[in-house]
This record gives sequence, structure tokens and C-alpha cells, in this order.
Amino acid sequence: MTFELRELYQQTILDHNRAPRNFRVVEGANRVAEGYNPLCGDKLKVSLRVDDADVIEDVGFVGSGCAISKAAASLMTEAVKGKTTKQAEDIFEDFHRMVTDAGYEPDRKKLGKLLAFSGVKQFPARVKCASLPWHTLKAAIESANVPVSTE
Amino acid sequence: MSVAQVSSTHERLERAASVFDVQRVRRDFPILGTSVNGKPLVYLDNAATAQKPQAVIDAVSRYYANDNANIHRGVHYLSERATAAYEDVRRRAQVFLGAGEAREVVFVRGTTDAINLVAHSYVRPRLEAGDEVVISAMEHHSNIVPWQLACGERGARLRVVPMTQAGELMLDAYEELLNDRTKMVALGHISNALGTVNPIKEMVRTAKERGIPVLVDGAQAAPHLTIDVSDLGCDFYAVSGHKMFGPTGTGLLYGRAELLEAMSPYQGGGDMIETVSFERSTYARIPAKFEAGTPNIAGVVGLGAAIDYLLSIGRASIAKYESELLQYAVEAIGGVEGIRLVGTPRERAGVVSFLMEGIHPHDVGTIVDQEGVAIRTGHHCAQPVMDFYGIAATARASFAFYNTREEVDSLVTALGKTHELFG
Repeated sequence: MTFELRELYQQTILDHNRAPRNFRVVEGANRVAEGYNPLCGDKLKVSLRVDDADVIEDVGFVGSGCAISKAAASLMTEAVKGKTTKQAEDIFEDFHRMVTDAGYEPDRKKLGKLLAFSGVKQFPARVKCASLPWHTLKAAIESANVPVSTE
Repeated sequence: MSVAQVSSTHERLERAASVFDVQRVRRDFPILGTSVNGKPLVYLDNAATAQKPQAVIDAVSRYYANDNANIHRGVHYLSERATAAYEDVRRRAQVFLGAGEAREVVFVRGTTDAINLVAHSYVRPRLEAGDEVVISAMEHHSNIVPWQLACGERGARLRVVPMTQAGELMLDAYEELLNDRTKMVALGHISNALGTVNPIKEMVRTAKERGIPVLVDGAQAAPHLTIDVSDLGCDFYAVSGHKMFGPTGTGLLYGRAELLEAMSPYQGGGDMIETVSFERSTYARIPAKFEAGTPNIAGVVGLGAAIDYLLSIGRASIAKYESELLQYAVEAIGGVEGIRLVGTPRERAGVVSFLMEGIHPHDVGTIVDQEGVAIRTGHHCAQPVMDFYGIAATARASFAFYNTREEVDSLVTALGKTHELFG
């Protein structure tokens, strides 16, 4: 097993792939978006419940994808829950730089467990897998308020 | 030396030539001697594009070094040389495809270009609202979308021949789909996603008995099988140069002369005209009518070298070697713990698609790549096939005649590492 491969598939990622957290549609979600990677056919749906103060009260995802995208979605939901949408987008910015820019030193405190994805930058073909959930989250945040289901 | 001795030497030489020596063949492909991630390259993505023998690489660079000029227009020496080289490839392509005449071979950019040409110039003007075009459930996107565009524009309908779980077309259903409104049948010879070799001769006959024109997408067939369009009886046959060891951006469209002549041009420009005035233009004869602008001359010359190369090895030898290799691969890959083959057709060429339980194909692809093994993962430009099986993607190993059993073993070992990582 190569060093790069171990770096890519860190224990945290394997764990979240096996048992993804917040793998569900959020009850009473008022923001949703679907993400799709036409290159590999991976599909993902992110749903959020954002309160009046712009705080992400709850977030979840459903869909299918590789270990990297599933773990990225799972860890993302943990990272942004309880944050404001602005803070979430800020984390994404750092995350994105970490997986694309080899010379970038990420803010370790800000990214926390997300540092597990630092190995992705060695695999340009997999950057999209790691960032798809985040792009979808961003689209959900920017989506117009979805009327809450009355069921 | 007696007559008997001479003839036995001759026989021995012929035998030697007919014995397929994979190690000798591999030396013709410089890239096969390279390393990836510190491991010898094991290239099993041939259905995406094939590697090029030195003969092809040399032909292209020799052309640029010695013969480069525009064709069909110069009176000077080099232009004549370039034109002769270009047109000579057309005659070799005619032999390669089994076409009756060289003018039935149109140089195109690839299979996609060829199918679009036929959809645009043959089918579109002849389609009326309510007409139908028949394709199959296992087509590559390039044999779906051009027809969809034509149908959408004319209010016609795309009909799809269904397939079985094994990945074989349902011939009874195919026959039932054909009717008075069917204006075109377009079928893949070999499925790029599953490796199925369709009973194309039989399917062409079924359509032709009803007077329906047939296009065969031969992109995956050209590197593996002997193609004989006269024997198949199809009206159009499309291949890509780069999948048959030639340069990218080249391809061949065989079209029956009668149909090509009746068709309107595809693109307008230089080389495809007879006379031009601002009032009207008249068009060149076939095949020039479909070759507007300066073509990929160097690429076509390289494609000629690829054809020569394939014919010198012998397509029968290639098919025999590959069929044994593929059988070995199907058994070896199918035998790996947790692997499920996607598509189990009785007639298969070039391709093994598979899934590993609990591990996404993308992860499989990344892990085996670290071992130097190149496979494709994804939907293989055949999303309807993925939808049929209810999956998003597969891992696909695809073979050429230069692959070996040892390389299959390398893939199998590399697949084992995915278990090591994912547990």
C-alpha cells in the first residue's frame, strides 16, 4: 500500500464511508440542493434547516458516491451543524484550497477533522469527489427558502 | 536445396508468422515499457483509447518531416505526395472494412463524427413526424444523442431494443419494433460498457429485409474483429482511428455509394465543392463531398500505418489470442472475492465490467492505479446501461492484443489491495 494511498484513505474517511453521519433528509428542511457529477454519475442531495439568525440547525445528505464523496459529505454535515451559513461557506473556502493547492497551509483549527482530506490534493481526479458535497451545500444555502412540507 | 526443403522452410516461416508472439508485439508499443507510480504500466483501458505502435508514431512524424503539404489543390511536388499518401490510405481502409469501392470510405474525426454525419445528412432530411429510429439499450451516448437530436427536430420517435440481464439484445423484441415508420436502425457492434458482441449480421438482415437502412457503430469492433461491411450488408459502418491503434481525431465512415450520393453535404467549405458562386454552389463527388476543409492528413497517414500494422499481425490471430485472454480475464476477475460481473454475454470481446461489493468503482480505480494498473471507472458514456442495472458506475478492464495473462494477474492482485484498505 503506497503512502499516498494511506494519506488519501485515512481512517477517518474509511470510518465515515462505512457509517456516514447525518445520512438522512432533514425534517422541516428549508434549503435543499442536488449535486451531480456527470463524470462518474455520483448523485447527492443536501438538505438544511436554517433558522432566522442564519444558523444551520440541522443538515443531512442522501445519495450515492465513492468513499471520498460519501465521507466528505458526512464530515461536512458534522462540521457545519450549528454554524452560520457564512461560517460554513468560509470553511468550504479553506477546505477547497486544501484539496487543490499543494502549497497551502490550511487553518487547522477551522478545519478540524476535515484535515483528513489533505491527501486528496495528490489525486487531482478525486478533487471533485471531495468537493461535490460542499458545492451542493453552497447551492442549498443559496437556494430560495423552500416551503416546509406540511405533512 | 531441394524443392521439398524449400517448401518446408517456407511452411516453417509461415507458421512462425502465424504464431502470435505477444512479447514481440509489445515491443512495438513504446508506452508499454513505461512505469506508472513506480510500477510497470498495465494498460487495461483500451476501450477508451488504444496505445500506438512505433510504426504509427513514425508515420505521423515522417509525414511532417518529409511530406507535409495541403492535399487536392497544389500542383507542386509535396502536395502531390501528400495527396497520394492520403488517398492511398483510403484504398487500404477500403480493404480493411471490406468495402466495394474506395469512394465509399469517408475520412472523419471519429465514430461520433461519422454518426452525426449520417444523422444530419441522411436521416434528418428523410424523417417526418411520427417516424421512428431504432437503437439499442446498450448504445454509447454517441449512438443515442445524434438520433435524439434528429428525432426531436422532426417530431420523430426513438425506439430502443431492450436487453436481458446478461447484457444481450432481445431479438424478438427488435423484430417487433421494426415497422413502416422505421427510417433508420443504428446498432453498436460491440458494447463498450459490457463487451457484448451483438449478432449484428442477423440484425442487419432483419432490417434490410424490411428495406430499412442500417448503421453499425463499430468503434469497439475495429480493434478486435475482422470487419467486412459487404458481408454484413449494412449501409453505414463507423469506426474511430484512435481505438484501433491510430491517431486521435481520425475515423472512417463506410457508406454505400448509392446512399452517400443521395445525401446532402454535412459541412460546407473548401474541398467539398465543384463550383462556387454567390448564387449557388455545386458539390464535389463522394467522398470529397463530406470532407470539407483541410482534413487531418497526418492523422490519416498514421491511421494507414495502423491498418497496415493490424493486417500484418492478422486479425484472425488477434481474435484468437484475445478470446483466450478474455476468457482467462473473465474467470480471474470473476473469481476475486466480492466481485460481481456486470453483463455476462455469451459472445464477448475486449471488455469486462465489474463491481466490488461495498467499494465504489472510483475507489477501486484509484487503488489499482497506484499499482500501475489503468482501468476505467464510471458510466462509460452509457448511462442508460447503468440505469438498466440500477447502478451509477462500474469498473471496467478492457483489453487489446498486447495485453497478457500476467497483466490480468496484476489487476487481480491490485484488486486484492482494495480489500486490504477497505477491510
